[in-house]
Amino acid sequence: MRLSVALSHRFDGLDLDIRFEAPAGVTALFGPSGCGKTTVVQAVAGLLRTDSHHIQVGERVLSDSATRTWLPPHKRRVGYVFQQDRLFPHLNVRQNLGYGRWFARNRATSDFDQITGLLGIDALLNRRVAGLSGGEKQRISIGRALLAAPSILLMDEPLAALDEARKSEILPYLERLRDETNIPILYVSHAMSEVARLATTVVALNAGKVVRAGPAEEVLSDPASAQALGLRQAGSILTGRLVAQHDDGLSELAVSAGTLYLPRIHAAPGARVRVRIEAQDVMLSRTRPEGLSALNILPATVRAVHAGGGPGVIVQLSAGDDLILARITKRSAAALDIRPGASCYGIVKSVSVAQSNIGAPRRPAGA
Amino acid sequence: MTDWLGPQEWIAVALSLKVSLWATVLSLPLAVLTAWALARKRFPGRQLLNALVHLPLILPPVVTGYLLLLSFGRRAPLGRFLEDTFGLVFAFRWTGAALAAAIMAFPLMVRAIRLAFEAVDPKLEQAASTLGASRPWVFATVTLPLIAPGIIAGAVLGFAKAMGEFGATITFVANIPGQTQTLPSAVYAFLQVPGGENSALRLVLVSVTIAITALLLSELIASRVAKRIRGS
Repeated sequence: MRLSVALSHRFDGLDLDIRFEAPAGVTALFGPSGCGKTTVVQAVAGLLRTDSHHIQVGERVLSDSATRTWLPPHKRRVGYVFQQDRLFPHLNVRQNLGYGRWFARNRATSDFDQITGLLGIDALLNRRVAGLSGGEKQRISIGRALLAAPSILLMDEPLAALDEARKSEILPYLERLRDETNIPILYVSHAMSEVARLATTVVALNAGKVVRAGPAEEVLSDPASAQALGLRQAGSILTGRLVAQHDDGLSELAVSAGTLYLPRIHAAPGARVRVRIEAQDVMLSRTRPEGLSALNILPATVRAVHAGGGPGVIVQLSAGDDLILARITKRSAAALDIRPGASCYGIVKSVSVAQSNIGAPRRPAGA
Repeated sequence: MTDWLGPQEWIAVALSLKVSLWATVLSLPLAVLTAWALARKRFPGRQLLNALVHLPLILPPVVTGYLLLLSFGRRAPLGRFLEDTFGLVFAFRWTGAALAAAIMAFPLMVRAIRLAFEAVDPKLEQAASTLGASRPWVFATVTLPLIAPGIIAGAVLGFAKAMGEFGATITFVANIPGQTQTLPSAVYAFLQVPGGENSALRLVLVSVTIAITALLLSELIASRVAKRIRGS
């Protein structure tokens, strides 16, 4: 199943022209606020009609301005998880979960127990909505959307209204959702850490246009798109295997370029782990540094250097099979003679990698 | 209670209850529809409809009663049409009292229900539609349960207004004992004859009791419903 979107619309002060394809997995619509992310999601759901539109899920056309096709929201089979939970206050948890399921009763719906188990809400079924925490409510609203047997899931900043603790409570569930269902998920966010952790595909938007689209690792480690995604948020994704848990609180991770020591990762040895290394946390050295406190020193080759308007440059390194971004000053780049082809070492302090940047990679389908 | 109240008094109380009940029950669906249109829809003539609905609230009741007589009297075209096609006669019948009470109560009902409509978050209705509910289903399963306290409040307010309606009723259907003499008309009639004060006082007591009971009952139901809706 694959979602194709082509939209254009003229707003006051914003010309929207967006085309992209979202395959199975999580497609992150990423960009600054006001760039048109929510418009896209609402158009897919049928809550907003743009001037011209063509939206298709698999073979099913949801709307097409050329043929004047327009399915109303309730016929689109689109699961929508809103920023605020929007649970029905007059129904209890079980009734909320059953709402969409009842309208989908003639189709094959997901197994109720399986979904409530996946989201960890089986103990809440007979509770009223009002007494629940924000994280519980959001998990229920995800379950409610899933149980309506949607052919695609839309999540519009589902974590934005939650605090950090609640976010980290939900993220593992979203990872499981990504891996255990075959529904394409369109995930709107302006938080890079969420995108880096969940996305398999990234569509970067800016001012109503698609700036860059493609597989997450590729887009996020491309120095050219770092500018569009926001330099402060630039960073690359590494996938590795957890080798050992050490007594001093560090976890040892094997990546293609070598070994990374990171703050405790809560997974069993052997587990695959996905880590985001922020570009501003990576230092470069032309020689292997000695007597340095940083634990992670990866031999690498410079692939590209991307200079922007500011004092910094983004350097793309290839280390083993992985790509790493480093953000250094133009002055350092010149002093060290950093140019494509140069060999160097990428240095990452262990403690600079935050827990929120560590997650599970998408398991290949069927695994 | 039948011993305590004289026959004429008892008949007036019973008639008032019947008239008010019919007036409330029959105009409630129309009040919900009107409140919905005023709260949610933008259409030409919306302000005119709003003014029309509120007119009985502002016009002297006598004027409303006379307008009813002009429209629904047996010689008026509309009145004659209704009598010929449906056998429905309003003038000087209890049905007319019910019509007058309904029209006088209507604006109060619409106002209460409209406020309830405006308090419903349209985002909840949007969420329901993305879950597969068509518009009528959204209304029945989300909107209606959420405005239930407003409907109850409107109905009680309307019922109380109907119980107390006097001016329009007496102008439209007069004050015929056993036919159109409602509780307020009976109080008025007793006060016009010497020695009628005791009867009037008894009816006043009944009237106060009914009003208080209705209010308490509605508060109770509304708070139950509101509690259920808030989910606590």
